[in-house]
Amino acid sequence: MSTRLSRGGRLIDRAKPLNFTFNGRRMAGFAGDTLASALLGADQMLVGRSFKYHRPRGLVASGAEEPNALLGLGEGARFEPNQRATTTELFEGAATTSQNHWPSLDFDIGAVNNTFGRFLPGGFYYKTFMFPRFAWKHVFEPIIRQSAGLGKAPVARDADRYEYAYAFADVVVVGGGIAGLTAALAAAKAGKRVWLMEQTAHWGGRAVVDGVEIDGEPAESWVNETIETLGKMDNVTLRTRTMASGLFDHGYIMGYERVADHTPGDGRPRHRLWRIRAGHVITATGAIERSLSFAGNDIPGVMLASAVRDYVVNWAVSPGDRTVVVTNNDDAYRTALALLDAGLLVPAVIDARPEVTGALPEAVRARGVRILAGHGIAKVKGAKRVTGVSVCVQAGEGAELETIACDAVAMSGGWSPVVHLWSHCGGKLVWDEERAMFRPDPARPATGADGAAMVTAAGSANGCLTADEVLADAHKAAGGKGKAPSAASAAEAPLLPVWIMPQGAGPALRMKMWLDPQNDVKVSDVQLAAREGYESVEHTKRYTTLGMATDQGKMSNINGLAILSDALHRPIPETGTTTFRPPYTPISLGAIAGEARGEIFQPLRRTPMHEWHETHGAHWEPVGLWRRAYCFLRHGEGVHDAVHREIRTVRNAAGLLDASTLGKIIVKGPDAGKFLDMLYTNMMSTLPVGKCRYGLMCSENGFLSDDGVVVRLSDDTWLCHTTTGGADRIHGWMEDWLQCEWWDWKVYTANVTEEYAQVAVAGPNARKVLEKLGGMDVSKEALPFMEWREGTLGGFRARVYRISFSGELSFEVAVPASEGRAFWEALIAAGEEFGVAPYGTEAMHIMRAEKGFIMIGDETDGTVIPQDLNLHWAISKKKADYLGKRAQERSHMASPDRWKLVGLETLDGSVIPDGAYAVAEGVNANGQRNMQGRVTSTYHSPTLNKGIAMGLVKHGPDRMGEVLDFPVDNGRVVKARIVDPVFYDKDGEKQNV
Amino acid sequence: MLTLECPCCGVKAEETELQAGGEAHLKRYGPGSTDEEFDGYMFSRKNPKGVHFERWRHAYGCGKWFLAARCTATLEVFGTYPAQSKEPPADLQAKIRAKRPNWEGYK
Amino acid sequence: MSKAVSALGGVSHQGFAEVAEAGLRGMITVRGDLSSAAMKKAVKAATGTAVPAPRRIEIAGDRAVAWMSPDELLVMVPYAAAQDAVAALEKALAGEHHLVADVSDARAVFTVRGAKAAEVLMKLCPVDFATLAEGEIRRTRAAQVAAAFWKSGAEEFTLVSFRSVAGYVMGLLEVSSRKGSELFPA
Repeated sequence: MSTRLSRGGRLIDRAKPLNFTFNGRRMAGFAGDTLASALLGADQMLVGRSFKYHRPRGLVASGAEEPNALLGLGEGARFEPNQRATTTELFEGAATTSQNHWPSLDFDIGAVNNTFGRFLPGGFYYKTFMFPRFAWKHVFEPIIRQSAGLGKAPVARDADRYEYAYAFADVVVVGGGIAGLTAALAAAKAGKRVWLMEQTAHWGGRAVVDGVEIDGEPAESWVNETIETLGKMDNVTLRTRTMASGLFDHGYIMGYERVADHTPGDGRPRHRLWRIRAGHVITATGAIERSLSFAGNDIPGVMLASAVRDYVVNWAVSPGDRTVVVTNNDDAYRTALALLDAGLLVPAVIDARPEVTGALPEAVRARGVRILAGHGIAKVKGAKRVTGVSVCVQAGEGAELETIACDAVAMSGGWSPVVHLWSHCGGKLVWDEERAMFRPDPARPATGADGAAMVTAAGSANGCLTADEVLADAHKAAGGKGKAPSAASAAEAPLLPVWIMPQGAGPALRMKMWLDPQNDVKVSDVQLAAREGYESVEHTKRYTTLGMATDQGKMSNINGLAILSDALHRPIPETGTTTFRPPYTPISLGAIAGEARGEIFQPLRRTPMHEWHETHGAHWEPVGLWRRAYCFLRHGEGVHDAVHREIRTVRNAAGLLDASTLGKIIVKGPDAGKFLDMLYTNMMSTLPVGKCRYGLMCSENGFLSDDGVVVRLSDDTWLCHTTTGGADRIHGWMEDWLQCEWWDWKVYTANVTEEYAQVAVAGPNARKVLEKLGGMDVSKEALPFMEWREGTLGGFRARVYRISFSGELSFEVAVPASEGRAFWEALIAAGEEFGVAPYGTEAMHIMRAEKGFIMIGDETDGTVIPQDLNLHWAISKKKADYLGKRAQERSHMASPDRWKLVGLETLDGSVIPDGAYAVAEGVNANGQRNMQGRVTSTYHSPTLNKGIAMGLVKHGPDRMGEVLDFPVDNGRVVKARIVDPVFYDKDGEKQNV
Repeated sequence: MLTLECPCCGVKAEETELQAGGEAHLKRYGPGSTDEEFDGYMFSRKNPKGVHFERWRHAYGCGKWFLAARCTATLEVFGTYPAQSKEPPADLQAKIRAKRPNWEGYK
Repeated sequence: MSKAVSALGGVSHQGFAEVAEAGLRGMITVRGDLSSAAMKKAVKAATGTAVPAPRRIEIAGDRAVAWMSPDELLVMVPYAAAQDAVAALEKALAGEHHLVADVSDARAVFTVRGAKAAEVLMKLCPVDFATLAEGEIRRTRAAQVAAAFWKSGAEEFTLVSFRSVAGYVMGLLEVSSRKGSELFPA
């Protein structure tokens, strides 16, 4: 039985009882409990089932290393699976559920795998699910998905919110134990800006549990005083409940703050991800106790010795009445003392070392506890709970000498420094033979922007074992001046590395020695992997899944690689460790997303007329980050009908298009003309003031990258229109050439895209609408095609361009964006009597296709040059150079065999599917059908009442009238004739009136 | 995530405020150049494990392009300097040579 | 002009700081040689201040001028005064290589007010506020969009973004200033 003791518990407040449930059962704990301590206090040792064999799993640890106690926590919109009970604080009303069992935790059908465990060896997945191939998708995967996995994914939308915060510090100290406090204080006293973070809710770490004395006072009061001192310093930031989840380049460290996990629903953000830029990082992350590998070490009731101590001292919880301690070092004797102090029984300490003499063992011996030196556990008795242990000699093969009745086992295999952060950014480790641990190698730290070390490990994270050693090391790590705090530490005898217990254990025992209790990896699995030829620790990890569970093997990975080394007859450092990667423990997806969800998941760009569109039936289309109206739906109207109605409106009356998203870049200066001549394929320096010219821009690779109308505003000023998606890119492209190549040219640019609301007024009645508004003269004489004028329209400051993308009489009017909405409404009102209606992007697309105008992104895809699109008229032959010209001279670019733009007209009037390819005779070297062209734009034209398309076809312009086959689906072939791509008003009479 | 100091405005910007622009100190070859010259300009890029010169734009800041010298293996930054430089400044080259004696030069 | 409206119509939210759209402001991009005598004169005439040093903003009443890059300033005047200011700047810089562009309608302006105003922006901008000098304008990003801000009062920041993303920026500010989410609760 585990139970709550009547006295003690430094972290709990007995005056504040808290109720919670586990699998629906009501239980009670206290404020200050973790879910784990509360469960243990309520005699709930069994907390889940293992992944593969569904074996009963109990609490093993008291911190981040816990492999078993993963629970579903919360309900509905606050449900989250896989919450680690040992690192989650209890709160009133917490609803917890165990995972990975069916139908119930106590009776689990999957446990049958346990009986047949011999058929599920290491590498089982790889061996079994290979053949037959179809079985993976139809048999294995569905079954695995059903029975595997830990918790269930939440269904409801997360009720909580999350955020980022940016912080900067000279020194970030990770870990709020005595090492972290010492380092933080030393750095703060030196005037450094210090961040100190601790993953738990409490300062002090292990030292306060272990009863250390620092500078003559109990560790707890020393910790409190130090925190008080630090709290008063302006240059120090203290954070509990904040875990350093990862360290990245140039001192970038992530702090995962669990702001409101313990107060759910109080309106605060649940988690906050601190993105901290550190001048230097001190990892005072402590150490994690290792388990021992003996048969039955996974039976609930077998725990880490340090965890047993934590539960007794911190939370007044007794894991059992009779606890056997099994160890290879002196430290575990502290657990025996803590248990004795709490009035509990320690029937024996089983110590693998042949001689046991140190001060701590003597103190235990003096209290009448039997110490079995040179012994080990042959086997743990019990199924869902420990009932006893049988003892053997460590040097033997496991012959049982006696059985000791007990209901808990406290094991200690020594300590492993927490080197994760040290290692995340490239810090290297050394194997310390004497202490049997990998520790940071100070000669090979992670380095920062200045090439110097950016991390220093301190205290037990640096391999220190005693409190005094820890304090001195941390003081030094932070460059502390003067004397370091000191602790009176009794000398401890060295540990004896013990990787399996007993050392000669046979296969039957090794099959029951767990290395990874979450993923069910045993000593025998690692040994099998070695026999099967796995030498690399990284491969062995993946093959056996050792350390691949959510705890990432914090407790026992070292045991696994020691066993691998032994099996391969090589020293441990030669095997090395697997790679430590962030995050240190799993962090919530919400924290990673931060504020980016819902309405602000990503920026939404709105034109000044956006709200008008929204209230007038806009059917939106995303264009980059903009939303543009695809069409405007009228009551009861479908999208297709709306688009066709809008086209008819433009062709027969007049339509309004919100063209505000088009890029607008001012280019000005004495060398602006020369610059634009380099940027565009055609000549822009010769464009007269007052006129507009369509232009093409290519990449240096020759490919068409953007197009638009260029306007000569004044002698030294041009306005370049770009595509909606091209505005920022083209502005950046211009600045790149001006800053990095032609920096002596006198040219300035300014991106004024958002300064103007721009409206295309297009259709036979367009002029009448503008004349109704009144103001400037927009007659054919005053404002001819491809010219622009400035003035007022209906009292609005306006610049009017006579340009057309629809083929109709068309004016594009730019007004200040702040007046865009009012101007749009004025146009709607003025246009009423002329049958004006707004039209969307799809109508625009179809109308331009009817006119044979190309569209960047449809006719171009990054492999198309202007020559492919028969745009020779827009490519200057006079210019010696322009961006892309040299590339267009390359042999493949100049080849007559390139696919070129043509119009396509289906024989039956149907619409060719987008992206369809035209087949040619024969097959290529791969046995695939030869191709001779493809469709780039395809629509049903309401104007012509048939399917029209544009496409790129080999020798296309020379093959007018030929019919091509476009196989589409199920053997169906659409036949289309090659025609002129200008389907409508070939002579341009309509736009030039 | 890198931090680089923009030499144009002095802000110590982090990578999310910057836009990477690839290798620095390329010579442009236009019409009249040989296929080999153009190919080298357009497609051939160094990919050293070690000292590298790069173009960066302070895109979320002053908008200016600048050049940076850094080690691709350790991410050590040796310095940043204006984009209007035909070659890395002499003092920067000296600094790099002192830190990386085997460095074969920027060309 | 009554027809001119700002992107969000002056919406505001009260959290642990008050965040508000500040309405229209005259803004003019000026590019040129910042050290030239003509530039000094032009700026003095437009705003009554000197040409700001790198990353500085000079404020005089309802007018200001900010250093945007080594060859670019942002002149700020009341919205109604923008066109006159553009004309005056053009005239003053005539004969010099320069560019003057009215961008009054391309921007959205926000204020963040309160003792903890900085904490709102600390959630959105990768900026070390402890080292942000008085009178410094910082161009950076606010979450996913470009922004610039400066300390415009003892407990006030002014932030400028592009107009099209005004709704997004206000969403960021509103969420980041919600009560209970103070970064350093007292």
